[in-house]
Amino acid sequence: MSDILAQVATNTESNKNAGNAILYECVLTIMAIEAIGGLRVLAINILGRFLGNRDNNIRYVALNTLIKVVAVDTQAVQRHRTTIVECVKDSDISIRRRALELVCALVNESNVKTLTKELLEYLKVSDPEFKPDLTTKICYLVQKFFPNKRWYIDQMIKVMVEAGRFVKDDISRALLLLISNAAELQGYTVRSLYNAFQKWDGQESLAQVTVWCIGEYGEMLVHHMNELDGEEPVTVTEADTVDVLELVLKDFRASSTTRAFALTALLKVSSRFPSCTERIKALVLQYKGSLVLELQQRSIEFTSILSKHENIKASLVEKMPVLDEATYIAKKVDAADVAFSTDSKSVPATVLPAVPVANGPTKSKSGTNALMDLLNLNVDEASTPSAPQTRKSAGDVLLDLLGGNSSFTSPLVASPVQGPSGGADALLDLLSIGNATSQTTSSPLSTLEPFPQRNPEAASQKPSNPVPDLLSQNTVSSQKDSYSSFTADFKKSSIPGAGFDLLGDLGIGSASSISTTGPVYPPIVAFQSSGLTVSFEFSKQSTNLPATVIHATYTNTSSNTYTDVIFQAAVPKFMQLQLEPASGNVLPANSSGTVTQVIRVNNSQHGQKSLVMRIRVSYKINGQEVLEQGQVNNFPPGL
Amino acid sequence: MIHFVLLFSRQGKVRLTKWYSPYSQKERAKVIRELSGVILPRGPKLCNFVEWRGVKVVYKRYASLYFCMCIDSEDNELECLEIIHHYVQILDRYFGNVCELDLIFNFHKAYFILDEVLIAGELQESSKKSVARVIAAQDALVDAAKEQAASLSNIIAQATR
Repeated sequence: MSDILAQVATNTESNKNAGNAILYECVLTIMAIEAIGGLRVLAINILGRFLGNRDNNIRYVALNTLIKVVAVDTQAVQRHRTTIVECVKDSDISIRRRALELVCALVNESNVKTLTKELLEYLKVSDPEFKPDLTTKICYLVQKFFPNKRWYIDQMIKVMVEAGRFVKDDISRALLLLISNAAELQGYTVRSLYNAFQKWDGQESLAQVTVWCIGEYGEMLVHHMNELDGEEPVTVTEADTVDVLELVLKDFRASSTTRAFALTALLKVSSRFPSCTERIKALVLQYKGSLVLELQQRSIEFTSILSKHENIKASLVEKMPVLDEATYIAKKVDAADVAFSTDSKSVPATVLPAVPVANGPTKSKSGTNALMDLLNLNVDEASTPSAPQTRKSAGDVLLDLLGGNSSFTSPLVASPVQGPSGGADALLDLLSIGNATSQTTSSPLSTLEPFPQRNPEAASQKPSNPVPDLLSQNTVSSQKDSYSSFTADFKKSSIPGAGFDLLGDLGIGSASSISTTGPVYPPIVAFQSSGLTVSFEFSKQSTNLPATVIHATYTNTSSNTYTDVIFQAAVPKFMQLQLEPASGNVLPANSSGTVTQVIRVNNSQHGQKSLVMRIRVSYKINGQEVLEQGQVNNFPPGL
Repeated sequence: MIHFVLLFSRQGKVRLTKWYSPYSQKERAKVIRELSGVILPRGPKLCNFVEWRGVKVVYKRYASLYFCMCIDSEDNELECLEIIHHYVQILDRYFGNVCELDLIFNFHKAYFILDEVLIAGELQESSKKSVARVIAAQDALVDAAKEQAASLSNIIAQATR
């Protein structure tokens, strides 16, 4: 058979279309039988000849087939690379498209730089209907084959300047991810972006990336930090940075997302460059009445922060933690099920920057998802692995913050009042003033609530919550004040609260106790020994049957005072447990006083298995350690 | 295989359609509309293959008529171009310098010829001579029948029946 094919291929004259058709069929056959060696070389040579033919049809056919060949034998096709790149600039759009696909298939690390340069050159002159495809392909190439980060950033900036409108959101997010991971390039990046921005012409992605970088790395721009060699120095004053942000805000071409980015960046800049605060305040205030809910909300919140809460501003807009690339990629794959995992470090800095749009009407779905991903990124840290237990871990973190308890389903849980586990020292100090129990539902971030599965953690990170405490001078009181954010019903009472709290509405401070709208269960004596009685009272919300709130009361029935009372609990795997800080750790003798504690339990097998818990209490009598433990089996059924 | 053959003028008027795959009436109308919209605006220098809805459409313009054939993605487009040319050559030989008017007034003959050349979406007769011979024989039959119907004896027989 190979003989026949070879014979036909060599003897057919190709000046007529019929001849070409026969040759083409030969090539197809040779590829189909997966010949190796001489025959395949023959086929590829024929295709090469076709590529040089003047006739559009023939070239089209050749490009088409070469795409299939590349999969099999890249080397042979590389020889024709220049011709193919020429075809990318052909006048026929079908040929252009095919050639572009082929070029992408041909790229490898060695030729990516030259190819990208050519493609970028072409991007400038290509016609509008072809630009989106071309842009996407260039971005894809750059992303896949970049030899070093600096080159990547350069190319992306060039692409965004040329065709910013067509750069998709997830590409710009990936770029931001890379920038935040490349600490040494951040100064260079922000300066290049600033320079590129001088030629800004309404490109969406360029605006977003520039604005974000200025917000994060503004001081590098002004103070010439981290200059790489070969960089031309550019003097930028603080006012200039604000100018850029103002330009983006005011431009009619900027979308709401971009404006939201700009507002957040303004807040960050005001904390980095205090001299511009007045001007920034005026700028932000202009959006107080914006018809876009997202902008209005941000404007009001930021105005409050700028005017009244200078002291926490710095900690609120700390630099973002480095976004973890691996988890980002995994999350992109798993976008639907992604949930936050929080780290106490990231809590103060990251909640504000990219609040997902619950209500922004102009936001497209993909934009929302992209932002949500960004928020996930912001909040995500490799150190706190997330997966399904995010709700809990967020609870953990918050509890850590508040000096509370973190709970795990593995054996024992310690509930001493723990020290802060992260860097949010400023916040913790604030929080420890009020012994931070008064969490309220109506935080300014309550707009996060409409995304129930993603936002419990976000809703629970309310860095501004200590503020009402401060303002309302709450004392160490009612443990019963709920971490109502932890209840599953996140949609409740989104009090038109943008800024409501920050306005120091005192009434909210002592707020929402647990609503006992659910079925009522009789209290039980969980544990009783010669010196200690532990009793549980239950409350449950009818809207969330698997979750139960237990009010534990410890009484000292002996004649000795107990000090350093520590209560620990363990639950089986199907339950989740959260311990809140105890009201104290001293039990006076003879039942003259009690210590109370709120325990939250979630029974994932509600209705099938009833609750069971093992408890351990340790305390000191005159310096002697005593340990008591037991199992609580007498929970009322149906919990 | 060829899914359908479509002939339309530069103004978009359909001169001939032949379907070798099941398309409902509505689909047919839709296909015709869309394809005309895709092919008519294409410039002269562009290549003759269009990817459309997962299938390839090969078209060639002869004077004011566009000949379109829709083929599978795996098929050889150059070959399809040859088939189109083959068909046009047969038409030309039969009508003698065929023009669009010939096809408008003798569309039934165009269909006969097409049926000789293509069957079930595949090329059946690659010899122009055979096709010409067969169509000529058919024409002769038609003429004979006409003559017989018009002959005097027949008229008398009809009248007295």
